[in-house]
Amino acid sequence: MNVSSAAVRVCGLVKTHGQGQSRVRAVDEVDLEVPQGQMLAVMGPSGCGKSTLLHLLGGLERPTGGEVWVAGRRIDTLSERALARLRRQSVGYIFQAFHLVEELSAAENVELPALLAGRSRRQARRRASLLLERVGLAARARHLPSQLSGGQRQRVAVARALVNDPLVVLADEPTGNLGTAATLDVLRIFEELRSTGQTFVIVTHDERVAATADRLVSMRDGMFVDDTRLSGSHTRGLGGLIGLEG
Amino acid sequence: MQDAVLAMLAKEPSHGYHLHARLRRSLGPLGESMNRGQIYVTLARLERAGLVVCERADGLPERPERKVYALTPAGQQRVAAWLAEVGWPKPDLAEFHLKLAAAAAARLADPVELVAAQRRELLRRLREVQQAALAEPAGSGAGLLLEGVVLRLQADLRWLDACERAWSKVDDEVEDG
Repeated sequence: MNVSSAAVRVCGLVKTHGQGQSRVRAVDEVDLEVPQGQMLAVMGPSGCGKSTLLHLLGGLERPTGGEVWVAGRRIDTLSERALARLRRQSVGYIFQAFHLVEELSAAENVELPALLAGRSRRQARRRASLLLERVGLAARARHLPSQLSGGQRQRVAVARALVNDPLVVLADEPTGNLGTAATLDVLRIFEELRSTGQTFVIVTHDERVAATADRLVSMRDGMFVDDTRLSGSHTRGLGGLIGLEG
Repeated sequence: MQDAVLAMLAKEPSHGYHLHARLRRSLGPLGESMNRGQIYVTLARLERAGLVVCERADGLPERPERKVYALTPAGQQRVAAWLAEVGWPKPDLAEFHLKLAAAAAARLADPVELVAAQRRELLRRLREVQQAALAEPAGSGAGLLLEGVVLRLQADLRWLDACERAWSKVDDEVEDG
């Protein structure tokens, strides 16, 4: 695969936490390439380094060693300022705990990153209302986060992550705080985003979330132990799954 | 399949094609591979067993089929018994469990690798079923069935996690000692 078609690429990535005896390699010599339009899920037990990996991909933390490339540009050597600009413009984040601004309405939360990225008020408003409609919350645009359910809050966060047309969306346990019905709402949106070719990296414990992805990597002790393509296997037909044959 | 077809006739006598359509509707995408022939084979077996009778009815020109199937008293009893029966679809875990144990004992294959291969396969199926489930409109009966298949696959995947942890530990102990 040529380098320019990769939305995100890391090589020899290392991140250590702590000092001396208690020093741990949270991410241990990881190589990864996420092509544009791919939805990648990362699974692994707590403490395997998957969240740290996500932070490194999005420039929220700097690696101890190795390189991080986003959109053909090396980001681990950027200045703080340039990195902040890249985070605003090219990366969308979705967190387990939503991280919405409680004092702002749903629409204002979605508009905020657009304004920070230098869009006009009008542009930001138009984009936010479009996205809130897309996640099924047009009628709740004026509500404060405290007036919304967990699932609705996460859908606002998804709209916010998309407001600047990011090159890649990074999601850390996006359904970790949600019940089954709300999880399904979020999965429905992810499935739609996947079909429109949004590049996505999702860290998750939930097999259902992982199963919306095109590709799954499993992490143990800071390393990848498995890399599986999930897409393109529609050969058996669904009937076989419920034993109708015979 | 026999019991389900029989129970559908409890509502009213019916044509084979009508039963097929009702089954397809209930099963949604999971029933796509089912053909009408399977219904007729099932109805023929039920007839031989004396559970249904087949009557010829005057067909309409656009529906040339004339056979209408109805429950016999024995068929009605069988339906009542089926509805009252409490069953648990057996999960087929023992075979895989024994495969891991045998592979490890004979040193023929790494159980952890076998678990990983099994997980990859189940995740692909989960993806397929989940896509079908998400595509169903809210409140669809077929969606409810798909949800059940999703949950079972999820349970199987969690069991595989437990298998991986247990067999990785066995590996470590062998290496350490």
